[in-house]
This record gives sequence, structure tokens and C-alpha cells, in this order.
Amino acid sequence: MHVRGKEGGIGPPDNIKEDIKDMKLKQLALGLIAAVAITGSASAYELTVPTMDYRTGPYAPNGIPFANGFSDYFTLLNERDGGINGVRIKLVPCETGYNTKKGVECYEKTKKVGSGALFYSPLSTGMTYQLIPKVTADGIPLYTMGYGRTSAANGKVFKWVFNVPLTYWDGATVAVKYAGEKSGGMDKLKGKKIALVYHNSAYGKEPIRTLQVLSKKFGFDLKLLPVDHPGQEQKATWLQIRRDKPDWVFMWGWGVMNQVAIKEAASIRFPMDHFVGVWWSGSENDVLPAGIKADGYKSLAFHAPGADFPLHKDILKYVYDGGKAVDPGFKARVGEVLYNRGLINALWASEAIRTGMNIHKTKEPTAAMVRDGFEALDVSEDRLKELGLPGFTFGVKVTCANHKGPGKVAIQSWDAKAKKWSIVTKFYQPMDDVTGPLIAEDSAKYAKENNITPRTCK
Amino acid sequence: MFYREAGQFKTTYKSDQALFPIAQDRYFVIGVVLFAFLVIPFFITDYWANALLLPFLIYALAAIGLNILTGYCGQLSLGTGGFLAVGAYASYKLMTSFPEMNLIVVFLLSGLITALVGIFFGVPSLRIKGFYLAVATLASQFFIVWLFNKVPWFFNYSATGQISVPPREIFGFLVTGPDASPAITYLFTLTLVSIFALLAKNMARGNVGRSWMAIRDMDIAAEIIGIRPLKTKLIAFAVSSFYIGIAGALLFAVWLGSAEPTEAFGIDQSFLILFMIIIGGLGSILGSFMGAAFMVLMPIFLKNFMVDGLGLQPAFSEHVQIMLMGVLIIFFLIVEPHGLARLWQIAKEKLRIWPFPY
Repeated sequence: MHVRGKEGGIGPPDNIKEDIKDMKLKQLALGLIAAVAITGSASAYELTVPTMDYRTGPYAPNGIPFANGFSDYFTLLNERDGGINGVRIKLVPCETGYNTKKGVECYEKTKKVGSGALFYSPLSTGMTYQLIPKVTADGIPLYTMGYGRTSAANGKVFKWVFNVPLTYWDGATVAVKYAGEKSGGMDKLKGKKIALVYHNSAYGKEPIRTLQVLSKKFGFDLKLLPVDHPGQEQKATWLQIRRDKPDWVFMWGWGVMNQVAIKEAASIRFPMDHFVGVWWSGSENDVLPAGIKADGYKSLAFHAPGADFPLHKDILKYVYDGGKAVDPGFKARVGEVLYNRGLINALWASEAIRTGMNIHKTKEPTAAMVRDGFEALDVSEDRLKELGLPGFTFGVKVTCANHKGPGKVAIQSWDAKAKKWSIVTKFYQPMDDVTGPLIAEDSAKYAKENNITPRTCK
Repeated sequence: MFYREAGQFKTTYKSDQALFPIAQDRYFVIGVVLFAFLVIPFFITDYWANALLLPFLIYALAAIGLNILTGYCGQLSLGTGGFLAVGAYASYKLMTSFPEMNLIVVFLLSGLITALVGIFFGVPSLRIKGFYLAVATLASQFFIVWLFNKVPWFFNYSATGQISVPPREIFGFLVTGPDASPAITYLFTLTLVSIFALLAKNMARGNVGRSWMAIRDMDIAAEIIGIRPLKTKLIAFAVSSFYIGIAGALLFAVWLGSAEPTEAFGIDQSFLILFMIIIGGLGSILGSFMGAAFMVLMPIFLKNFMVDGLGLQPAFSEHVQIMLMGVLIIFFLIVEPHGLARLWQIAKEKLRIWPFPY
């Protein structure tokens, strides 16, 4: 049907010349517009995925690898499999610069592109706070993998927000667990001093509440050391650490702040194996500037580093060698920690889209269907293997009430000589008995402020 | 020719002192205001409201506020971001502590609270002048942001120090919160901005405004002719902070919906608004609007042009946009150091005598 429409303005091919002679330019133009419009609307439905990147500003060193991994995975699906269940994906990039005001502009600009954005992953806790009410009103799922508002783990209150596979509060409990283990038992933490160096924003402040509860529970002394945006100036912070000599330093840092902190720690000769960053403070470009002195620096992790997985080979083959990469110069860095983070974010999200399509038996899912997919997300370790990432991370399963998944965390360590990260522990279980009540309390507060009645989950 | 005043006779003092004495100006401004109130709300989308018009109007209000202090009274201030934060946090505390309070009262009270804070920080202006005063106001900027980070009472003990606006309505229309329609938020902001812009325009040409300008032009001479610097400067600080406070409340409650002090109200906001009034024109209400339009809308326009129009990579066009903005700022300041408002004035004069310049 649309084929005729397409030719309608121009006429059948054999008498096209005569037609054009007769036709006035205006008619031709009109015909062309009609043809484009018709083919445009009929030309296949595409899955619209906005990518809120930041490749500029003080957070770019961390934003770029993540953005590349995220986009490359979707590009790979398009190039290798022809999309998800045969439906192609359309990436809509928008530059936020880790700035919430630009984030608002990006959100409004991309939410109606094509047949509508299917989900958002802003990679910013500040932006997440901004978007939670907006996506709830607009009905678009918000997928904040391991960042954002921790209490969004409560699916009864936060219907549209998912933070699978883990939250900052899980991370904080595992960091303390690890410190306890290294000190020879949790009871040995009594009287120890732990300092938290954090980005002075919603992101950095997230773990504080949990750490305060833990410090009461285990009797350690918690010291809070905020670092203001963008985090280039930390002399005073580390002077304080030098004076107080805490036994452990935890860090919730991002962007330039990470490398500056690790360099400062090295310059005061703080023992690197007692310095633990969150998973956002443990990538190659955070430790490389400190050189050999960063050896032994630890960070939390929920997936493996490196490019030795079958998926990476496919990406190099189809995306980089196929000339489809957003950032072709990145080829040598494929497999960096944050690149893999972007990959796994895209992987879980694409599986959610796939699940949503399967549940509703459709090739044209809406954002609401994708939300159902997120809520039924079940990526087991076997499924990971099928997708080309055997042993990359643990299996995740989302339910209606639990939007955060298993929340397991391992510790990775930096080998400065080999310039490689490697996971050095098992995956720890978080202390759900500590975080559970905190999540319930915080989500109840949100529900009350916004007049939300928690839904019931079967 | 386009701007001929021939035939416009003024027979009363009243018409001679009108806000816009030239008929063309008057009709143009009335036309713009009517268009803004009666036409735009029917076509406004989420994108136009949240990405373009709301930030433009809110920053224009803040720029008017700073222009009163810096442009009219000559007191250089770098504390604008802090005062925005005071307005925002005042509105947040009022809205959460008194849920029944009318939204307009909330905004006016937020402005008044900011005015008090502004007076407090304005006191040193009696002793210190020029760049030294800028440093003192800079201190207020950092102190206020630090305070809102440090004292949990201000953010209702939320886990992250983030404040989020509760949904509130006025006359049955939802103004704040995510479900508010763009037309309503736009009209609400536009109404407040229009009223306060009109007030500012009148204030600037009245007794108060003249004493501000006297202080600005030469404070010793002003003192000699009987203008009390204490009163005049503090009034300027109060009025300016009142405007900025209302802008801050709008910025947080109507536009962003949630905010954290370091990012939303940082020092870069102070500079942004200062640049607006420098580029728009110091001592001009129209200039505040022009400066806000230039600094808020131009980057978005350039970005959309490069990304959607030319198909460039977003990150690349972001870098180009930053450079282009710099070039444009320098260009406009070289062409007319007194800002866009002055440029407009020159254009008007040229239009008046066109096509026979002498």
C-alpha cells in the first residue's frame, strides 16, 4: 500500500520523465514530502533508547567509557542480531555534562523522539532525584544501575524506578564487612576509625545513613569528609586524614575527584589496601595518574573487568571493525571497568526490553511494557553465558516488591605493574537486615510526601 | 521612518511621564505581553516550557534582581547563587511546614526571607566598596551553600540533602510537582515575572531608583545632596534579594522540582547571572531579559542547530558551543560595551531617522 503512495507523487517509473516535465516544481516537492512522510511513518518501528552521556566537563573521564560501552552494546545488537527480537534500536544521544539543568533539557527533548523513549539511564544520582517524579508522571521506566535513590529498591512505592543489581547501602555494608574481615572479625572493628571521603552531593551523601547505623552497631568511629564539586581541591581533606590516621578510608567519588584523591592518598603514604572506593571510584583512569603508588588500591565491584569475554570479541568485530562505533578511537580501551559497566547496563536493559516484548507478545513495545519487562527481569548466569559474558557477574532477578535485585558485591584490587584490575574476593552478601528497615523508612517518607499509596505485590 | 513620533503630542504631564512614551514602543510591548499570555499557553509543550521558557523567565527575574543592586545601585555582588538558594530553601521549608499555605504567599514570603538575608549581608557594603564588596558577597555565597549542606533541618533530614518539591495547587490548578501542566507553570511564572518586572521598571525611574543611581554614580556627591547611603544601599540589597529569592523559589519549585545546594546554586550561578546583566546591559530592565535570553536560550539554540540541523556528535557540538558562546560574548561586548539593551536603543535611533541619516 505504501509503495504506491511513495511513487504517487512521481508517477510510475516508465513515464517518469514526461511526468516531471508536466509537473510543476511545487507539485513535485509536495509529492516528495508525501512520499517521505508515508515511508517515514510506515518505515519500521524502532526501539527508542535515549543515551544521556557526558563526554564533556569534569566527569568526562568516567562518563566517556561508560557511554561507549552503553552505546556499543546496542549497536552490536543492531549489527549482529538485527536488534532485539528483530526490532532495530535507535539510540538518541544527548549530552548532559553531569549537570541536572542540562539533564532536564535532555529529558524533555528525547522523551517523545520516535515512538517515545523506552527507558532512561542518566548515570547521575542528582539527575535521578530530578527524574523520579517526572518519569512517574510520564510513565517511563528509570533504570539507575547501582546509583540513584537507594530506597527506590522498594518497588511498592517506586513503581517506575529500578536500581538492580545493587544499591549504595549494600555497598556500604559490604565495605564494612570487608574491613571487618581484614581486621580479623567484625568485633575487632570496635574503636577503629573509618573515614568517608565523599562527593558533596546527593550521590556522595547516600551511604552516610547506613554507615552511621553500622558505626553504632559495630562501635567504629565514623568521620565524614565532604569534597565539593568538581573535587580538584582536596589538600585539606587529606591533611585531616594524615592527622587523624583513620584505619580505613572509604570513598564515594566520581570524575576528576577520584584520581585526585588517590594521588593525595599516595602522597601522604596512606596504605592503599586500606583505601576502598565504591564501584564508581575504581576504574583505570582513576588509578593510572597516581602511577605505581596506586598499587593495591581497592574498590567495590559487581562485575568483572577485562576484554576476555566472547561478547567483547563480537563488539570488536561488528562494532569497531564494522566502523559503527560512536567513538572509534576507543578500540584499545574496550574492556575497561567502566566500559564493561556500560555494557552490563545496556545488557540488563535490553533484556528487560526483550522480556517486555515477550510478555506482551509485541514487536512494538511501549514504555509501560518495558517497565513490565524490568519487573520480570531474570538474567541468570546461564543466560549471561548465552549472551557472551560467562562468569561476568551474578544472576539477577527483579520482582514487583524488590527492584534492587540480589545486591552482591565483591572487592577488586589494582595491580599497578600489570595495569590491571582484578576481583580478589568472593561476592559478599549485603547486610539486608541493616538496609531493609532503612529502605522501608525512606520509601515510606517519599510515599507520604508525594501522596503515593504503596501498591500491593503478590 | 519606522519609528516616527511625528503627530504624537503629549498634552498632560501624565502622558509625558508614561512608562513607554512612544506609541510604537507601547503597542509593541503590549502586543508581546498579550501574545505571551494569550497565545503561547495554547501551544506550549513540555519541552518549550521546561527547557526554554521557564528557565528564561526565571533567570530574567533573577537578572532584574541583580541589575537593581549592581546595575542601578552600583554594588557588585557575587552572592546571587546563595540568594537563589535562600529563596529555594525558604519556599521548601514553608511548603512542607505549612501545606495549606497559599502558593503566592509562599513565594512572597520566600522573597521576604531572602530580603532579610540580603540586608544582613549588605551591611558591609557601607564600609567596603567595589571589588572588595564583591569578595564579601562571595563569602555569603559560600557560607549559604555550606549552611544548606551542613544543617539537616533545612532539608528536612532527608538522606541525601536533596530537597524535592511537594505537589501544590493554586485555584485548583497544579503548579508544582511533576503532574503540573506546562501551560499552568508557564502562566504562573509569567504572571509573577511580569508583575515584578513592571514594579522594577517603575521603581527604577522613581525616587528610590534615582537615589540608587546617585549612589552608583558618585556616592560622596549623593551623600552631600542628602541621600542617606545606609538606607539607600540596604534598600537596594533588600529589593534585589527579594527578586532573587522569588526567582530561586520558582527555579526550585516550579522548574527543577528538586535541587541540591552545591550544584543548583553554586558559584557558577552567580557568575552566570552577572554575565547576563553585563551582556544584557547594566541598569536596564529590558537588558535583564535580553541577557537572560542570550545566556539561557543561545546555548540550547546552538546545540539544537548543530546536533539536529548539522548532525554533529553531541559531545563535539557541546565543545563547539562553549567556544561559540565565548566568541559571541566577546563580539557583542566589542560591538557595544554597554550591552544588548544599548544596542537596541541605537537601533531604535537609527530606525527613527532612516532613510535619511544625518
